[in-house]
Amino acid sequence: MIIIGERINAGFKDVKKAVQEKDGEVLKMWAKKQTEAGAHYLDVCIGTASSKPEDLCWMVETVQEAVDTPISLDISKIALLKEAIKVCRKPPVINSTTAVADKMGPIIEVAAKFGASIIGIVMDEEGSPYTADKRVENAGKIVEKAMEAGLGPDQIFLDPIVMPLNCMQEQAAEILKAISQFKLFSDPPCHITCGLTNVSNGAKHMNLINRVFLAMCVANGLDSAICNVMDTELVDTFLTAELIMNKSIYADSYVEAFRK
Amino acid sequence: MEVPDVKEKWTARINEVTIGATKDKGGTRGKMITVGGHTTLPFMTFEGEIPHGPVIAGFVSDVAPDWPDAVKKGIGKEIGSPAEWAQKNVKEFGVDMISLKMIGADPHGKNKSPSECAKVVEQVLKAVDVPLAIWGCGDEKKDNLILSECSQAAKGEICLIGSAKQSNYMTIVAICKADKHKIISEAPVDINIGKQVNILLQDAGYDLKDVVMYQTTAALGYGFDYVYTILERCRNAGLKGDKLMAAPQLCDVAGETYRVKEALADDDVLPGWGKLEKRGPMWEAACASGYLQAGADILILAHPTAIANVRAIIQDLFA
Repeated sequence: MIIIGERINAGFKDVKKAVQEKDGEVLKMWAKKQTEAGAHYLDVCIGTASSKPEDLCWMVETVQEAVDTPISLDISKIALLKEAIKVCRKPPVINSTTAVADKMGPIIEVAAKFGASIIGIVMDEEGSPYTADKRVENAGKIVEKAMEAGLGPDQIFLDPIVMPLNCMQEQAAEILKAISQFKLFSDPPCHITCGLTNVSNGAKHMNLINRVFLAMCVANGLDSAICNVMDTELVDTFLTAELIMNKSIYADSYVEAFRK
Repeated sequence: MEVPDVKEKWTARINEVTIGATKDKGGTRGKMITVGGHTTLPFMTFEGEIPHGPVIAGFVSDVAPDWPDAVKKGIGKEIGSPAEWAQKNVKEFGVDMISLKMIGADPHGKNKSPSECAKVVEQVLKAVDVPLAIWGCGDEKKDNLILSECSQAAKGEICLIGSAKQSNYMTIVAICKADKHKIISEAPVDINIGKQVNILLQDAGYDLKDVVMYQTTAALGYGFDYVYTILERCRNAGLKGDKLMAAPQLCDVAGETYRVKEALADDDVLPGWGKLEKRGPMWEAACASGYLQAGADILILAHPTAIANVRAIIQDLFA
């Protein structure tokens, strides 16, 4: 189970303001809170707050002043990525590359150079796929390119692209089908992650939808999620789903043990 | 055609646990023993690192165990004196450490007092300079009293103290923290309880890097396969990154072997099974060699023939 904490994202108003005003305390607070809640990586996304590499580097460095949790560098602009990865103290995960041929090459090259992992979003020149088969085809392209560059399966996270349930209801089943096939690319398999909260975007019962969808994804082979690690019921669902799939060993205090 | 690389890749390392304190570490031991540290399954040296091989702990008890004469004869007359028995284990049998059990303290047996047990610890510490594992008698109430005094008698020697269970872990943690010992965490052939005991030890503020796991032990023919499977699953989980299961593992082979009829009954009771004086140690060695491959890091053995055989197996498998 690899949880990527989503909260240090300039899409959130408090983080955007903090980046623009260089208020490190907000970032540090989310870094500590998410780490204490059990995040394995902390996603750092500058979004539209700035396009300057030094601002992204400041975000990474500020987070690293507070915690030693590795960073998920949420950037696909190669120039920013190349600068920001230099200030990461631990090998980060790069969030993300797509299967677009001329774009994934340089990003994977950076990952290989710095011993980083990559999240491969199964999108190509035609945009987001609608079927499981197209998702698997695009994932195959990313895995092939990454392995050619020397990345091992444990450095590759495949993201099937989660669609909102309230407007693309038929997509969830396709995503689950794709996840179950991603496992077959290699032995041991690559990691499978997703931007989980997208599934409940705009829905009324967001937390419930997130939890149930996560459990179903885990049943199909997903082992990571970019999500709200502060949602304890969601994390408990993840822990329990992994136990049910026999991916970890049961103990009466398995929930408490994770919180330590 | 290229031969595919089928080597397993593990992501984690089993904890390294060092037992015994030399002078510079505040004790009086002549050497320290380190177990664990592997990044792969037993003996798969081509897949990962195995910095420390399995070790043999010589079985010693405060009073002579109720074993058949044919077996006791193999050990010698020293079996009546824990200090001499420990010395013989080290000097003649060549064991790496001593496992000292207070079976004489059993309230249903000789009911020896905690201070008598502590004296035995002192005698054994004087007689040998190898690290020690110190066990109670198996009666929980009595063990809380015995282990407390025995622990104090060995203060600073960094012994293994056996054993912490769900029912007594707080006491064992307090004792081991106060006297600088390490803990044997015990579960009854149950991987889930094993993990739970480790969680409890961690909750009580004890560092799991100072813990050795003991899933009890079954003699060959009496649930051996259950224990084997549990040891293997614990090791797999530890190597896959489950920090609660990354402790080295211990098996009390001698203590269990000499409780089963194949290693106890005389030739006239089991005709066709061969002489007991050979059969007993053979049963012990066969059982131990199986557990070695499941992931045992410390094997408690008693008979010199079994000790010699198991040592040869360890050396062969590492060659």
